[in-house]
Amino acid sequence: MNKLTLWFHKFGSPPIFHRIAGLLMPWLYGTAVLGGILAMYGGLFVAPADYQQSDAYRIIFVHVPCAWMSMFAYLFMAVNAFIALVWRIKISEILAMASAPIGAIFTAVTLLTGSIWGKPMWGTWWTWDARLTSELVLLFLFLGVIGLYNAIEDRRQAARAAAFLALVGVVNVPIVHFSVNWWNTLHQGSTVRLLGPSRIDSSMLWPLLLMALATHLWFFASVLARARVSTLELEAGKDWARNVVLNERTSHE
Amino acid sequence: MNEFFAMGGYGAYVWSSFAIFVIALLLDFAAPRVRYRKTISELRGRYTRQKSRQEKAA
Repeated sequence: MNKLTLWFHKFGSPPIFHRIAGLLMPWLYGTAVLGGILAMYGGLFVAPADYQQSDAYRIIFVHVPCAWMSMFAYLFMAVNAFIALVWRIKISEILAMASAPIGAIFTAVTLLTGSIWGKPMWGTWWTWDARLTSELVLLFLFLGVIGLYNAIEDRRQAARAAAFLALVGVVNVPIVHFSVNWWNTLHQGSTVRLLGPSRIDSSMLWPLLLMALATHLWFFASVLARARVSTLELEAGKDWARNVVLNERTSHE
Repeated sequence: MNEFFAMGGYGAYVWSSFAIFVIALLLDFAAPRVRYRKTISELRGRYTRQKSRQEKAA
């Protein structure tokens, strides 16, 4: 085996995953919180008001990063679901199922903050246009994956069924992303573009990108936190899990 | 300072959005921690029962 596959197998083994995730988590949470606070400072204090939307546009600093995370979380879940279905790698099942609730949270925040932004700018909380509807479908997909996973008794069978649903639902992600180009909608087009210049001033861009970075770090911290619990639950019969549980200092009384 | 909180008349919208964001992340932070503690105490109970059963059998 080459070094990469060796590393992959090592990290994929539940006891090593559990340990390394435990070491990484505080750093990920810490940098995410620091970045988030700095981004909020930049977004609320430093960035000037928008010439059309005045201060209401500041909702962008939470709405857009959450929207990106909703799609990112879904793709992360789908990739892990694919690996879980094809190669039956336990840790991928765990990671796929761990990302579903976080994705659901980010999607819900996207919809809620979008609604709050829509009221003063569009004059309505909600409209059944392509962007909003496809994002709502994304939320239902996350909830469907969580529901299916919890509806089946056998954990590994449940993970495979839910992974299948996650994989089928991935068609919705490009629909969410391109909906503002494909259909007429109230929703504004992309502000930040990978190709070509972004349509936003740098004083507004840096808090947005920093918040995006922070939410990514947060996502991985949260995935690891959830996956750690699942590795213990799934491997409860193994010696390493017994050692971890009996050496855990947190008192349960 | 008041002007800052007013957000040009959009204060309620801006602040509620940021509040939802922060509260959602706090819940996201708490959920796995609660589950971890519950799992540890459950498994600890299971292991102790197993141990006492084995000792009785021996």
